[in-house]
Amino acid sequence: MTTTTDPHKESFRLSMLIYDTRYRSLTFQAITAVVLALCIWYLGNNLIQNLRAAGLNIAFDFLGDPSGYDINQRLVEYDSQSTHARAALVGLLNTVLVAFLACVTATIFGVIAGVLRLSNNWLVSKLMAGYVEIFRNIPVLIWIIIIFTIMTAVLPGPRAFRGDDPAASMLFSSFAFTNRGVYIPMPWFENGIFASPTMNWLLVLAGFALSWFVAHRINHWATVKQEATGIRPKTLLPLLATWLVPFLVLMLIMGLSWETPELKGFNFRGGIKIGGPLIALWFALSIYTGAFIAENVRAGIQAISKGQTEAAAALGLRPRRVMNLVVLPQALRVIIPPLISQYLNITKNSSLAIAVGYADITATLGGITLNQTGRAIESVLLLMLFYLTASLLISLGMNAYNASVKLKER
Amino acid sequence: MSDQSTNSVAFVAEGTIPPSPPPARETGAVKWLRENLFSNIPNSILTIVSLYVIFLVLKNTMPWMLNGVWTTSSLAQCREVLNGETGACFSVLTERWNQLLYGFKYPVDEYWRPNLALLFMIVAAAPVLFFDLPRKLLIFTAIYPFLAYWLIWGGTIFVPLIALLGFVVAGMVFQTFSKGSFAIGFFGAVIAAFVVWLGGGALIPESASENAFLSSVPSRDLGGFMLNLMLGATCVSLSLPIGIVLALGRQSDMPLIKWVCVIFIEFVRGVPLITLLFVASVMLSYFFPPESTVDLFLRVVIMITMFASAYIAEVIRGGLAALPKGQYEAADSIGLAYPQAMRLIILPQALKISIPGIVNVAVGLFKDTTLVSVISMFDLVGMIRGPILASTEWNGVYWELLGFAALLFFIVCYGISQYSQWLERRLATDHR
Repeated sequence: MTTTTDPHKESFRLSMLIYDTRYRSLTFQAITAVVLALCIWYLGNNLIQNLRAAGLNIAFDFLGDPSGYDINQRLVEYDSQSTHARAALVGLLNTVLVAFLACVTATIFGVIAGVLRLSNNWLVSKLMAGYVEIFRNIPVLIWIIIIFTIMTAVLPGPRAFRGDDPAASMLFSSFAFTNRGVYIPMPWFENGIFASPTMNWLLVLAGFALSWFVAHRINHWATVKQEATGIRPKTLLPLLATWLVPFLVLMLIMGLSWETPELKGFNFRGGIKIGGPLIALWFALSIYTGAFIAENVRAGIQAISKGQTEAAAALGLRPRRVMNLVVLPQALRVIIPPLISQYLNITKNSSLAIAVGYADITATLGGITLNQTGRAIESVLLLMLFYLTASLLISLGMNAYNASVKLKER
Repeated sequence: MSDQSTNSVAFVAEGTIPPSPPPARETGAVKWLRENLFSNIPNSILTIVSLYVIFLVLKNTMPWMLNGVWTTSSLAQCREVLNGETGACFSVLTERWNQLLYGFKYPVDEYWRPNLALLFMIVAAAPVLFFDLPRKLLIFTAIYPFLAYWLIWGGTIFVPLIALLGFVVAGMVFQTFSKGSFAIGFFGAVIAAFVVWLGGGALIPESASENAFLSSVPSRDLGGFMLNLMLGATCVSLSLPIGIVLALGRQSDMPLIKWVCVIFIEFVRGVPLITLLFVASVMLSYFFPPESTVDLFLRVVIMITMFASAYIAEVIRGGLAALPKGQYEAADSIGLAYPQAMRLIILPQALKISIPGIVNVAVGLFKDTTLVSVISMFDLVGMIRGPILASTEWNGVYWELLGFAALLFFIVCYGISQYSQWLERRLATDHR
């Protein structure tokens, strides 16, 4: 006498939209969609009305017009007749340049400070703690301005280098530190294989790539040999030769020589000029971010438990190998992700270039171009697009790295 | 046998020998020096190099600082007093003290208002920062934003009063209806608040600000370090709730809400603050109704709040992810609804884990408020680079001014980070 009870058939009621978990999420999403659409419509409508009132439209053809302004620091050909797009490209390359330089030096500063902060030496570790605290707790903008002020107000002008008994003299008679920038010797080839210097440098780069490949093969061969016989063949000399010989041969063939800067007229000529704004930005970003990287490095090293070091020592590994084979691979897994997000910060903070007049993309596209053409919306959108792309690329790299070093678990 | 052996002992010590003092090189300062500074040769070299660096820094700064001049009215006078010797012209600080702190347009007679607001801010922040204080103080914290607005901007008291009233009514509506359903309570509260604000706003007469108790100060007159503090405090406190909502939204099962949050967070985190400030200064006004004028301060607050809330959302997401899954499951298994589970179980723990990260964001944000000087607002850095260094009296006093700015920021930021470390130790409930 089993009676089957049908499941209680519930007719749909309106209140189920809120109380029934099956429909509630749909209700919320519908509300969100409506609110979102209303917001977009409202903002878009305002935008259209405002643009119409100001007699503007959204168009990107201003990028093709001649820019009419000059840029001191540039990596590619540019003059005031070039287009706004070209100016933006110059700025973009300048951003990449300063971000790259600052990433390299910030890493160096950070690693040194982070390791020294863990030193047994009380004075050194306190000094490094002071460095980290002072630089972390003062805005980077203030650091950029301070270092720029050192560049412009403390360093001597080119005039001071003149005369029989000059007030300032060049370092090794080839480096000049002036308030207009730092002049360093420029390497060039007397009889290059190609006519254009760029091609010659690419050749040198290709030589390095070849060396790298051969060195890689040698290391691989040594590892195979070691695994087969238990003895690692000595590779120091072949490796040194692989790195140095192609480079030296290329340099000899092409006749490397240095063009030193010389004081001519009111300014230095020749050599490479690194502008004051670039140096201020570069140095400030590296020393500021270096303080953050130092903390990451310290945290990474401290995250490796003491047992790891002791276990490695118990196996009979020598201290250098303990560091190389046990501690560093584990510490790097902790250090690298925050390190890369610091690189991201450097790239974003390089936009502060505008405060010292370094022509990065914020200063060209978002500064002068914007003010000259009045194309605020287009310029700012392009600017954001650039930074978004850059950050996405960097985070993609970070994710790839994270995936490659992830602990292989069950 | 035993007798013999005791007899054969010629000497038995009757007491213990008093301990001899440790060797001089193993005690006190000498030991400390040997262990910490000169334990081996590389260490000794490092010590000597560090001492030399410290000596160089002191040698170059001490005469300059100790010889400082505090009472002249221009750089030329200061140089006259110094008479060619090294020395700082700190008199720029005493001379332009008010400008550095309040900007150059805030009415001098009204300086007591921001001062009082700052004092109240300390009182209002105290119960949030220190849990031992009586909870009743939180009522003052809730009133504080409206009080501070009234003190700093002045004008009619009805504007902050109606804003406050809107929140109070919304809170009451939420209390009444949220017992049935969180959603009804929430949307009811939002609607009630808007009704109060719109209705109340229509009631305030146009001329109310003219003969108000406190004369009204437009926001373009704000400046100096006060502006940094205001931007920092406002944006951090506004971005905290928004950040929580964004973090929860990013974890949500509802795809639309999730993707809206993800896109917002990743977009804001991908662009530098400067570009967002450009948006505030040149672009945002295109998105407001044509006849409205939203002043620059508010536009900047909107953009910096967006910026900070994205970062805070990521920090809180980290906290949410760090909670063991058992906590979520336990909350579900005792039958808590989503809002209850979040409010009672998940968020208290997740926020606790996120405190150091939130404080880091707050410190970073406070430092970033100096960027507003780039879009020609006169905050501390803007005042220094603009009106003060450009004036004929003080053209060329870089170090005193920049050093002062650096010192102010250092004190505040270092203080906050020390507080965060104290809080972390305080909240550490796992007995490690």
